[in-house]
Amino acid sequence: MLRQVPVSQIEAAVIEAIERSAYELPADYLRALSYAREQEHSPLGQSILLTLLENSAYAQDQQIATCQDTGMAIIHMTLGQDVHLVGGDINQALNSAVARAYKDLRKSVVSDPLLRQNSGDNTPPIVSFQIVPGSQVQITVMMKGFGAELMSRLRMFPPAAGVEGVKEFLLETVEKAGPNACPPVIIGVGLGSSFDGVAALAKKALLRPLGTSNPKPHLEKLEREWLEAVNNLGIGPQGFGGTFTALAVHIESYPTHIAALPAAVNLNCSAPRRATVTI
Amino acid sequence: MDEQRIKLPLSDQAIAALQAGDILRLTGTLLTARDAAHKRLLENLQQGRPLPVSLAGQIIYYVGPAPARDQRVIGPAGPTTSGRMDPYTLPLLELGVKGFIGKGYRSPEIHEALARHHAIYMAAIGGAAALLARQIKQSKIVAYPDLGPEAVHELWVEDFPVIVVYDVHGGDAYQSGRKRYEGPKESR
Repeated sequence: MLRQVPVSQIEAAVIEAIERSAYELPADYLRALSYAREQEHSPLGQSILLTLLENSAYAQDQQIATCQDTGMAIIHMTLGQDVHLVGGDINQALNSAVARAYKDLRKSVVSDPLLRQNSGDNTPPIVSFQIVPGSQVQITVMMKGFGAELMSRLRMFPPAAGVEGVKEFLLETVEKAGPNACPPVIIGVGLGSSFDGVAALAKKALLRPLGTSNPKPHLEKLEREWLEAVNNLGIGPQGFGGTFTALAVHIESYPTHIAALPAAVNLNCSAPRRATVTI
Repeated sequence: MDEQRIKLPLSDQAIAALQAGDILRLTGTLLTARDAAHKRLLENLQQGRPLPVSLAGQIIYYVGPAPARDQRVIGPAGPTTSGRMDPYTLPLLELGVKGFIGKGYRSPEIHEALARHHAIYMAAIGGAAALLARQIKQSKIVAYPDLGPEAVHELWVEDFPVIVVYDVHGGDAYQSGRKRYEGPKESR
């Protein structure tokens, strides 16, 4: 049965999701951060992790942004195939939602990567759609800061590179990023698919709540091993040395071609802003 | 953690006393500048025109603050990645800038130039923008207002928390910190 959903309802939901995630960090992340603070060996590292927790509580209390870089808005919509969007252009509605939601937030978007004129209202968002069975609309918003985005990397490996090749690439990425990516970072790894697909997998991995693991046993094992290897680098909170360089490694995979082992490492900083709403 | 309270501007003597890893609380004036403002400053210099603001003896904070809400002085204002400003940093050191606040690695060339110009590199905690803004008591735009969040602001800060990354004696808090915690660790 066809379900009608007005685009104005989606616009309102996106505004709410952006504002909420700008001011309040996700509960699963705050739990992971508290745990890291208890377990951190470095006294300076502990003090930095405590500052991040206090910053989060203060921002939430004052309803101001946890970090000045509230990023570009990345919006992923999962649309039930029985949904009919009515009352206007969905892309315009999402643009308008971003412009309105960022009124009190920093405008961090330039309209052209070479001409570099600020767009003035943080539009446009980066939008993707997926069609699934059913009549629900699920919207995920991620406000991606670019300190960590800038340090993210993608590589098309030949199959012979294997698990070791990818692991080396991951460690090299985190090492090069060091303090720039605002550790403790969250690491999204994409494996397989195509050149564009593997980047999307790495981003999707960042959306998974902390404390969850990949359901495939061989990937769940790699998530644990690679997290340990990353934390043995010793980079620590904000790069001043310590036990927690990363809070989690999340892997998402997809089938790929016989000729390649695509790998992407997308880093998220110590202020992961994300929210999911279902209509 | 031991903290030192430091008044700005920094004298050469005060800079010489600082060591990588020191935790400081700064009180005084900072100038803000990030990517677009640096590009403008350098264009200004290349065209031989006077700069809109004097940089001698100043500390530059790499930040693009969020808008101020309600009656606040400034919006959340944490550090941005310093390395992006490396290509612009030498001329600023030659103009007498005495320190920079940001986060992250500098190029080996800038690391060396900082010591040679007797200037200090400090980090504020990335992601602690809301708390850092609380230590900023005054803010006004002093150059390039059309750059929005990237305009040059003059800030008056009180007890603004930073960590010394590179001192002028070759100390590097990122390198020494990491060395201390490399390798497997017991869980606590």
